[in-house]
Amino acid sequence: MSVLVFADSSEGKFKKPALEVVSYGKKVAEQLGSTVVAVTINVADASELYAYGAEKVISVSNDNLSTFNAKGYAAVLTQVAAQENATVVVVDSSVDGLYLAPLLAVNLNAGYASNVVALPSATSPFTVKRKAFSNKAFSNTEINTTIKVIGLAKNSYGVHENAVTGSSESFDAQISESDLKVKSVSIEKASGTITIADADIVVSAGRGLKGPENWGMIEELAEVLGAATACSKPVSDLGWRPHAEHVGQTGKPVAANLYIAIGISGAIQHLAGINASKVKVVINTDPEAPFFKAADYGIVGDAFEVVPKLIEKLKAFKQS
Amino acid sequence: MKILVCISHVPDTTSKINFTDNDTKFDTNGVQFVINPYDEFSLTRAMWFKEKQGASVTVVNVGNPTTEPTLRKALAIGADDAIRVNAEAQDGFFVAKQLAEVVKNGNYDLVLAGRESIDYNGGMVPGMLAAILDYNFVNGCISLEIEGTSVSASREIDGGYEKVVTELPLVIAGQKGLVEEKDLRIPNMRGIMMARKKPLNVVEPTEVDVNTSTSSFEKPAPRGAVKLIDADNIDELISLLHNEAKVI
Ligand SMILES: Cc1cc2nc3c(=O)[nH]c(=O)nc-3n(C[C@H](O)[C@H](O)[C@H](O)COP(=O)(O)OP(=O)(O)OC[C@H]3O[C@@H](n4cnc5c(N)ncnc54)[C@H](O)[C@@H]3O)c2cc1C
Ligand SMILES: Nc1ncnc2c1ncn2[C@@H]1O[C@H](COP(=O)(O)O)[C@@H](O)[C@H]1O
Repeated sequence: MSVLVFADSSEGKFKKPALEVVSYGKKVAEQLGSTVVAVTINVADASELYAYGAEKVISVSNDNLSTFNAKGYAAVLTQVAAQENATVVVVDSSVDGLYLAPLLAVNLNAGYASNVVALPSATSPFTVKRKAFSNKAFSNTEINTTIKVIGLAKNSYGVHENAVTGSSESFDAQISESDLKVKSVSIEKASGTITIADADIVVSAGRGLKGPENWGMIEELAEVLGAATACSKPVSDLGWRPHAEHVGQTGKPVAANLYIAIGISGAIQHLAGINASKVKVVINTDPEAPFFKAADYGIVGDAFEVVPKLIEKLKAFKQS
Repeated sequence: MKILVCISHVPDTTSKINFTDNDTKFDTNGVQFVINPYDEFSLTRAMWFKEKQGASVTVVNVGNPTTEPTLRKALAIGADDAIRVNAEAQDGFFVAKQLAEVVKNGNYDLVLAGRESIDYNGGMVPGMLAAILDYNFVNGCISLEIEGTSVSASREIDGGYEKVVTELPLVIAGQKGLVEEKDLRIPNMRGIMMARKKPLNVVEPTEVDVNTSTSSFEKPAPRGAVKLIDADNIDELISLLHNEAKVI
């Protein structure tokens, strides 16, 4: 018996969600009295994972999987799960995790719970808490199958160090032509900017900014904080900012440690997508803006005065 | 090309979420139901294939009779016919199994669904359906072109997008980008009149093991009141974020 976690990587390196699923998997394994096995694909050195509790690391290297392929990755995980007699498989909620998990669940005849936000509250029946209704509620979901697939929501459990002496072995996965029928042609990525998915801090601005020409200070604030930039839906609809920055119920979800909302009213659809963020700061001229009811810290004031001051003070703070 | 568009029937985005029966059931009282916003992108893209490439478009929902107005709305937007699988949607796998039967019986070669339903946010059905059928699958799809059986598509990835090529038969989980938001179709009067005469076939479900079930719902803990900081006292905000919230 084992708990299998998929430690996703990008260009041979692990990102935070990989360390989070390993940390989580380790605790689930403790609850079940079993061990955690981490699977990596095309990572040269995975020893970093021992620090988060991975007792065993299985490394798969395969030239056909040099870029992410959902069906191919699901095939690998299916084979490793069988070898390791896995009863629980944990994947993250990155775009890759969300893509492969349902395929994996069908391969394994497993019940699948996505958007899981906490450790199982019971192991028999196996019960996990999940986000539902766009962060407006949670559902306690029982998984009744022998094998369970868990999609762990980003930033819900956190990265916890838990060093073990791990061992590593390689695994020769069998990938067939039919696993590779969706072929990657090209990948376009903005370089040098922090993505919303990766960011611990997100600086977001809305229609209160009046026009695209005023985003310079938003970008500067983000840069000082090492943050990603985001925006409300009307801002991307108006073409002031790229669609990829649209956050909310119908845009990207944000589960950051800190979410700073500037000139955003706090409509229910906006809040639904960002509520999973831990700490929320609002800057808005209107003290009645609904966002103040959902925020931890608020400044009633004009963004064009507050943001430049905030940038200046933060620069001083960072230097001290 | 025979297209099946999977329509999830969900509470309108402004709905207040409450539960009944000891927090085991979603309280539909006063809730307005709509076509899942992601499915609107897929449906509109399907209409394009119908008009430009002569595809036929069927819409399907797994649900009880209360979902029929949502299917009629999809017919009014322009789908040719509708199917309702007469069963309470139990979980993602249950729905995917029911849809797989519909796909097999109707020989659909393109299935368009949404990235996720905004009610249970599972993001499960399209992938599971593709796996059950052994169809190709593109998740988070933001563009889709088809010539014969050749498919080129893009999907959203962190910080950008990826272009892929594949073949029919195919399942797509779509989102904004598949069509532009301004191009989303809404029903017009003529469409609504025509929809009344279009077939809406009810089929009975197949038996499926239920893999997951909801034992209860809960609402997030009520949060403390916002701490207001004076606009002239930015230092205090920085100190709170550093010392109290520990996020910078
Ligand atoms: C089906 C559906 C789905 C939706 N999905 C989303 C979604 O995913 N994400 C999303 O964001 N929205 C979504 N919306 C839209 C949502 O309802 C709101 O319309 C939108 O979030 C409002 O954006 P905003 O706050 O930027 O603009 P506004 O509502 O116009 O608010 C601007 C705010 O800026 C403040 N302001 C003005 N000047 C200043 C200044 N100088 N300094 C500081 N503050 C100032 C104002 O007081 C106001 O509160 C959706 C709507 C629908 C119907
Ligand atoms: N009950 C249902 N009937 C038909 N299609 C559905 C149903 N539930 C989900 N879908 C489709 O699957 C997509 C993803 O839903 P979900 O897996 O529930 O998040 C939706 O956008 C729909 O296209």
